[in-house]
Order: sequence, then structure tokens, then C-alpha cells
Amino acid sequence: MTHATLPTFRHGVHPPERKASTAALSVERMPFVERYIVPLSQHIGKAAVPLVKPGETVVRGQMLAKPDGFISTAVHAPVSGKILNLDLQPHPSGQLMQAFTIQADSFSAQTVDTQVPPDVDSLSIQETIQWVQNSGLVGLGGAAFPTHVKFSVPQGKRIQAVILNGCECEPYLTCDHRVMLEQPGNVVRGLRLMMRKLGAQKGYIGIESNKADAIDLLKNILSDQPDVEVVALNVKYPQGAEKMLLDAIFQKEVPSGKLPLDLEMVVNNVGTAAALAQYFDDGVPLIERVVTVTGPAVPEPKNLMVPLGTPLFEVLKHCAVDLERIRQVILGGPMMGFAQKNLQAPIIKGTSGILVFEQPLAEPIGELPCIRCSRCLDACPMFLNPSRLAAMVRREWTDELQQYHLMDCFECASCSYVCPSNIPLVHLMRLGKLMIRQAKAKEQVK
Amino acid sequence: MIQPQPTPNLVLTTAPFLREGTTTPVLMNRVTLATLPIIGFSIYSFGLKALLVLLASVLGCLATEALLNRNRTEPKSLLDGSALLTGVLLGLTLPPAIPLWLAILGGMVAIALGKWVWGGLGSNLFNPALVGRAFLQTSFPTVMTTWTDPFQGWGHIAKPNLALPLMQGAVDGMTAATPLGMAKFDHATTAMDLLFLGKTAGSLGETCAGLLFLCGLWLAYKKVFDWRLPVATLLTAGLFAALLHGFFPQRCVAGPVAMLFSGGLLFGAVFMVTDPVTTPLTKKGMWIFGFGVGSLTLLIRVFGGLPEGVMFSILLMNAVTPLINRYTQPRVFGGAR
Repeated sequence: MTHATLPTFRHGVHPPERKASTAALSVERMPFVERYIVPLSQHIGKAAVPLVKPGETVVRGQMLAKPDGFISTAVHAPVSGKILNLDLQPHPSGQLMQAFTIQADSFSAQTVDTQVPPDVDSLSIQETIQWVQNSGLVGLGGAAFPTHVKFSVPQGKRIQAVILNGCECEPYLTCDHRVMLEQPGNVVRGLRLMMRKLGAQKGYIGIESNKADAIDLLKNILSDQPDVEVVALNVKYPQGAEKMLLDAIFQKEVPSGKLPLDLEMVVNNVGTAAALAQYFDDGVPLIERVVTVTGPAVPEPKNLMVPLGTPLFEVLKHCAVDLERIRQVILGGPMMGFAQKNLQAPIIKGTSGILVFEQPLAEPIGELPCIRCSRCLDACPMFLNPSRLAAMVRREWTDELQQYHLMDCFECASCSYVCPSNIPLVHLMRLGKLMIRQAKAKEQVK
Repeated sequence: MIQPQPTPNLVLTTAPFLREGTTTPVLMNRVTLATLPIIGFSIYSFGLKALLVLLASVLGCLATEALLNRNRTEPKSLLDGSALLTGVLLGLTLPPAIPLWLAILGGMVAIALGKWVWGGLGSNLFNPALVGRAFLQTSFPTVMTTWTDPFQGWGHIAKPNLALPLMQGAVDGMTAATPLGMAKFDHATTAMDLLFLGKTAGSLGETCAGLLFLCGLWLAYKKVFDWRLPVATLLTAGLFAALLHGFFPQRCVAGPVAMLFSGGLLFGAVFMVTDPVTTPLTKKGMWIFGFGVGSLTLLIRVFGGLPEGVMFSILLMNAVTPLINRYTQPRVFGGAR
């Protein structure tokens, strides 16, 4: 496959891939540990509402907290044991957040006791949404957007195509790659389930060409299914952003400020599709996920199936990391992930990887003046002008920021990646978006 | 009970944790590196005086940068490569026989008035090297239009080179004419091979068209600058030259290729029009900027009083760059076409 012939989106960057050390490793199970921290908020939207109290015993797979409204989802026990506490605990976001602390029952067989959903084809769309919401399933690509919301199509709209996102464009991460290789059947069944429930005629699976084995495998499985197409894409970051993926596959732009829904499409992560198919088979809610543990400070890199709520230090110890020597831990990929300070924080639904370094990847370095080299304009997949926007954020020109479409920025950090003057561009974009939101909130108060 | 865990001293920074790694000093130094063949040819062609003029101009720039930067704690700008580059570029636009003290003065003006009065690197509206040159051109017009023949020997130093500040003797009796001067005042053309191989009189760095072309190609290949800027400039100039040469052969004796290869056009297109700070950020803006420089240069060369117009064209377009940026903002992804 030559790169020039493969489709891709416009602009973007080419960070080093660094997937070699885990790409060929099968997913292993992380053993159960003593104690789990299960936050009520592991997804985009409102935090879940607790259903159990400290002191109660819970069974693995039992719902611990129910959704609060539509843009919210359930949280389940990753392990059988006893609820020790419901209080503020370290969270991967860096804040302290309400979370259950669960003492695992070391004598339990850790079997899951849940209700298996009925045959999905006998369910109405509303019932399907209800079941999916109760499964706690969210987008497993990293943003953790509740999956059931994507089944809800507004009146007058329809979905023509379901697109599965197998780009995994972030360096280091290989969990989606492994899911495609080890559960290709689940991926395809999950896609078909979405297509049936949404009435979509066509399905697509977009995969970057550095995962040739996954492309070949899925193409083989789908060779007799003409309505589902595997699309090999040129490797480029941030192709996994849904707007970029649709631009790459269909050369269509989602209108500014709108969703893929406006192109009559919906995008889901391949891991999400596999988890969805699995859920309608055995009824096991989202209580574990595949996490890539890698980086130069990890002696035994792994793709691990980790129970949600496992503290980070337990995962690192399992991969033989010397906790005394490490200097930087990043959750997610190196382009959009979050550096961690507290290793007591748990793995949550959106955690796709743990990257560990003995030398910090990005030490705070001196910033030089902008020389208007226009590299950030060439990198920005949304065709924004980060150089100008950054200057506006520093002057707090909230109105101009909106005129220059700052709200279209999805913080992929391509601008910061290329900036020769080390200007914290994406950081300033985040700040500017906050300013706009605050200005709007103030307006509403008036 | 859970064992207390060691708490490593983890560094907290925000994403992205990876950087492409080409820094601003690297970019500056790459341009300086690209001038080395031109410097080499200049010394080969004009002898020792070329090296002395370049050193004087660089000295003027670095000394001024050090002086003006001394009270700033961060960032230290003396070694970021930008003042060095300004010095080299200014030096390459000066006539070989210029008094050395004028080269130093030009460097001081370039950095002080061209850059620091605006707030230092990245804040200036005009190309600093050209500000220095424009200052010299307007203040010492005779010196700046007195040319010497190339190939007078390796160790050649013109008498005016060593003239003392503000004293007589700044102009030598031995002068030569540049190809553009000959075209304008004598209606004479210069052979293409002389232009291409740099066997003519002119500013230190502008004579060898072939070498300039190669250096430009390398810089574009290395993505140090956006190719649109020089290409737009040269295309426009070539087109205008062809038109003017066709319609007014008396006024415009040089054809399009000779027009591109003579004077400072190629040097300006490769090293001045491509200065990121003073040129547009947007693709559309780059085309407009190049069009402006190319057309203005030809208007000055053919209809103006001066034989050469690259410098003033670029400075004029520098002045409208903020306006160009403002009106050529890129269409947002998913926005109306």
C-alpha cells in the first residue's frame, strides 16, 4: 500500500508512531488487586447517582450508581467486595472527585451476576437506548461520550451510514489495534447491531495503514458483505477525530458547529462496537477495558484488560515499573493525554493507555516569540489560525475569538506540536474557549 | 492494610507531550546555512572585501542585539540566530566597496530600528535587514550605487572600504555598472550566462542567479519557508517583464528571464520575501504578497527613477501585511465556501 494512494484528511501532523513494543502483544488480564477506586464521573455528562452505601457488599457487575439524566451513564462494580467509602478520591482529571472505594473480596470467585438483555432485534429503539445506558458503555476511544446517546436520532433526521473508528492515530496506543485483531467478530457484530438499530444502509471501518494485519483480517471477514467497507487510510494525526475521519473517508466536511449527524452519519470507536456486541451476548456491563501500558520506563509493556477502578500504581507494578525512578506518567496518548501526579488515581472508562517515562517528555521549556511561520495553520485540521488566536487569547479579545472560530478547535494539539517557538498554543486555545464560555454565561445572567 | 506506595516526583505538564522539534533558532540557522554558498561565491567573486563587509554588518547587528537585549532576562535573543541572520542578509545586499563603518551602521539600524523599536523578534512590521539597507540607500545614495567589477583578485579591498566615518574618500574612481543600471541608462542587455554564473557587478549576494536558485530550492525542500512566497514573486515579475518587454521594448530592454536573473530579485525572493515575520500567514495572503512584490518591482525598474526596486517593493508590501492577513483568513473546516 503506497501512502500517496490512500485517502486521508487535509492538514494534520506526523508524530512518531512508537507502537512497535506493544502492537504484537496479545491482551492479558490484569489480576484482581486489593482495593478499587470507582469514580461516579467517568464519562462526558452528569456524574452518576449512587445506589449503594458504604458498608454494603457488592457483586462484580452490580450497578453502583445510576445515570443522572440522558447525557449520563451508569457505573458498575468492577469487583465483588465491600464498599469502604464514598468520598473524594484522586481522579485522572487531576481533581478530587466522588468515588467509591471498594475492598475486593479475596475469597470471591469474581463471577459476574447480571441480567442478560433480551435479543436486541426484539427491542424498540427506546428500549435499546435504555439497555445501553444501563450497561454504562461509553466511547472507548478516549473522550468517553455515553454510547446510548448516539442511538438517539432527533425527529426528522436519519442515519445512512455507521462508521467505526479504528484509526488509533495517537502514538504509543495499540488497544484498538488488538481489539480488532482479537475480537474482529465482535467488532463486526457491534457495527451490524448499530446499523440495524439506526436503519443505516452502509457500514465503514476506517483503519490507518500501519495496522495492515487488522485491515486484512477485517477485509477477509467482510469479503461477502458488500454493505460494510473497510477503508485503509494514510497514517496521520488526528485522523481519529470523527470530523477528520469523515473527511478522510468521504471527503465531506461536517458543517462548523455541527455533528456527523448532519451528514446522516454516526461514528463509534471499534472497541465500543466490540463491547456493545459483547454486552448483548452476556450482559456484562462496562467493568473493564483494554489499556496499553508502554513507554521507555516500562520493562514489560502490555496490552492489559484492566478492571475499571484499578489504581494506576497497581497496573504499573504489574508491568514491573520501578516506581522510584519514573518521572512522568501520561494517561491516554502523548498528543491529547493527561500527565498524572497521583498514582492512587484509578483507570477509568476513557483510559486508553498509560505511558511511563524516566525522563519527562515535555519539560517546561522557554517560549520564544511567534515568528508567524504559519506552521500551525498548516497543521490545524480545522483550518484555524492558532497563531492569531493565541495572540487574541492573551489580549482577552473574547468577541474576536468567536469570529475566528475558536469554538471549532477540538484541542488536538497539532499546533503546539509543530510550533518552533514552543508557544503553548493548544493550552491558550483551551483558555480561550473557557473565556468564551464564561462570557456567554455572564450574558445569560443579564 | 495497603502498603504505603512510593510517591515518585512526577512532572506535570500539559499535552502535547511530543514536539516536532524544529525550533526557531534551528529555522534561523538553516537560512544562515543556506547563505554559505552565496557568501563563498561572493568572496570568490569580490575578494577579501566581501568578507570584511559581511563581518562588519554582522558585528553591527550582534553588538546592537546584545546591547538592547541586556536588560531582558528571558529569552536571551543574542544567540537565537535571528540577529546573525539579519547581519548576513544585510551584508549580502550591500555593494562590495561600501565603507566598513557604513556596514556596521547599517547593521545597528537594522536591529535597533528594524527590530527592537517594535519589541524584538517577531514584533517588527518591516524586514530588519531591508530597513538597514533602506537607511543606507537613502542616507548615502552615492555610496550605495557605486559598484565594482568582480574578479579583481582574492585579496582585493577597495579604497572606500577603509574610509573613516563621515570623511572624504568614500567613493572610488573605479566604478562599474550593474546589469540593471546598464539596461536602464544605456539600454544595454547583459548576456544570460554572465547573469547565471555571477560574472557581473552588483551587491555582494545578488550576482549569481544559478546559486541563488539552488539555495532557494534547498530551503523550500527543507520547508524552512513556504514556496508560495518566492514562486508568486518570481511568477508575477516574470509575467510583468514579458508584458512590458513586449509592449515597451524601448523602456524595458530586458526579457523576462534576464529580468528575474538581474539585480536583487532572486535574492529578495529567496531570502527577503520568505521572512515569516514580515509576510502573510495565510496561503492566499502569500500569493497576494508575492504578486505585490513582483509587480511593484517591475513598475519601479521600468517606470521609476531607480534601476532597482526590490527593496522598496518588499518594504511596501511588509507595510500592508497585517491588512492582507486580516482579509485572507482561512475558511474554517465545515464553514461556508
